[in-house]
Amino acid sequence: MASERKPAARAAENTSPFGFDTLQVHAGTAPDPATGARTTPIYQTTAFVFEDADQAASLFNLQTFGNIYTRLTNPTTAVFEQKIAALENARAATAVASGHAAQLVAFHMLMNPGDHIVASRKLYGGSITQLGVSFKRFDWHTTFVDPDDIDGFAAAVTPKTKAIFVESLANPGGVISDIEALADVAHKAGIPLIVDNTMATPYLCRPIEWGADIVLHSATKFLGGHGNSMGGVIVDSGLFDWGQNDKFPHLSQPSPAYHGLTFWETFGDMAFAVACRTISLRDLGPAISPFNAFMILTGMETLSLRMRKHCDNAQTVAEFLARHPKVEWVSYAGLKSDRYHALAQKYLPRGAGSVFTFGLKGGYESGTKFVESLQVFSHLANIGDTRSLVIHPASTTHRQLSPEQRAAAGAGDNVIRLSIGIEDVADLIKDLEKALAAA
Amino acid sequence: MSATLDKIDHDNYNDDYVRGILRKTRVIAMVGASPNWNRPSYFAMKYLQQKGYRVIPVNPKEAGNEILGEKVYASLSDIPVKVDMVDCFRASAAIPPITDEAIKIGAKVLWLQLGVRNDDAAAKAEAAGLQVVMNRCPKIEFGRLSREIGWMGVNTRVINSKRQSRI
Repeated sequence: MASERKPAARAAENTSPFGFDTLQVHAGTAPDPATGARTTPIYQTTAFVFEDADQAASLFNLQTFGNIYTRLTNPTTAVFEQKIAALENARAATAVASGHAAQLVAFHMLMNPGDHIVASRKLYGGSITQLGVSFKRFDWHTTFVDPDDIDGFAAAVTPKTKAIFVESLANPGGVISDIEALADVAHKAGIPLIVDNTMATPYLCRPIEWGADIVLHSATKFLGGHGNSMGGVIVDSGLFDWGQNDKFPHLSQPSPAYHGLTFWETFGDMAFAVACRTISLRDLGPAISPFNAFMILTGMETLSLRMRKHCDNAQTVAEFLARHPKVEWVSYAGLKSDRYHALAQKYLPRGAGSVFTFGLKGGYESGTKFVESLQVFSHLANIGDTRSLVIHPASTTHRQLSPEQRAAAGAGDNVIRLSIGIEDVADLIKDLEKALAAA
Repeated sequence: MSATLDKIDHDNYNDDYVRGILRKTRVIAMVGASPNWNRPSYFAMKYLQQKGYRVIPVNPKEAGNEILGEKVYASLSDIPVKVDMVDCFRASAAIPPITDEAIKIGAKVLWLQLGVRNDDAAAKAEAAGLQVVMNRCPKIEFGRLSREIGWMGVNTRVINSKRQSRI
């Protein structure tokens, strides 16, 4: 009977009537109610005074909205959280100290000892180590599979698997995940698809609109965008039904951490974000500084402007390198010849990001000489800065590996990674030309 | 922006429609209110009391007892004061007789909590002149429209460059 139809898990569509550029400026940033300050104030305080004992008790029981302690919530950080939730078309977000902290907190909310993750083999190297080595000490196990083999993800899922984890645009291999197909695999298994969207940002790709349930960011990169502040964030679509099976007892069963409160029943479509904050962030502790949150939310106000310039510059630089006689190959999905070009047109129609690798003709020595000959590019281990950045993985991040191991990791002796900034592209090309001549 | 009170439909409510209901309501009868502190109804009742609403619990099993300082009644008809809104923490199938009673006592709003929806009952209530909200929580909606819920990192979908924070 029509009157008995089951309501959707989601209480409200988050699709905003406002455009992306309006949201990046305004979402979450109302004038300060106490002072009228138009820019978000930096609430640089550890704790907040209770109105009275009753309000304090309500706050600790999660019965009312308010601030207790900056490890849990902070009004400056909350603006960053609301902004990213709005831009990702999500229900809610929980900010943490770094991208790695976002992964730790998100998985802590899903996993028990003995549980399992299926992840892309081409994740950022630091994530491979976090999942493959450090998480093992919690008795959390990961099977890494070829990101191009959708059936491989399905085959790797076990009854203990609690999530599928990929990057929308992988760092630095240029792999683009087929989010829609992976969401289907995850949902058939009754588990969420988690997508790290650091390299694409919501301006280029909104994974939730393709079926992802949880989105993670290292806000240190393009969201902040200026290379000045560490931060991470867990974004909850609000679309996953945590009560559909018994795989997620921390959400669907009474919580011993809150005297028998059931998060899924009490908080509905924001249960995961609230639990990440009030259990995992509270008990593990990797809180973001309000000052860093302020720097990141200020950066986010210009996200679309920067991403357009980043992508335009990267496209021009990639095309220049692809034509250069000293360059063996360029791995950039914006190039028509790239193996991920078709997926880029589906998932990243506004641009393929600005971080990519290319191969020099020549070996290890050519790589170090090239890097040393650059003047505008900064030689450092980061991405997603206004400044153009370069690294030669073989002589830096992957130095401890043998040449064979380096090649297998996609960090062969001739591989250079670039993160293209928002400078004048002609100056970047001049700088690269000079360094290529010296290499 | 003109304050249109069109609700759009029962999958999508206009913010002004929900805001209008929460602004004019004073007395809420909460059907299915629980005396246990960790139940969602207790959360909602406590929060709404803090925001200035009078919330009268209705629960036959608790009739005569008190929840959060308010006497519990066995049914809507037993409540001796005028009720503006009937807020239901009950299964969707249990809604029709509650709707009939809500109409009888002259309530202006029928509100069904998160996960509760009954389109036939809604149509009947609307035909009798009541406004209806389904599959929402008044605590969450108040928190969203006042932007307080944003402190928890929740996307309020509200954009406003005005200083006041009233809903």
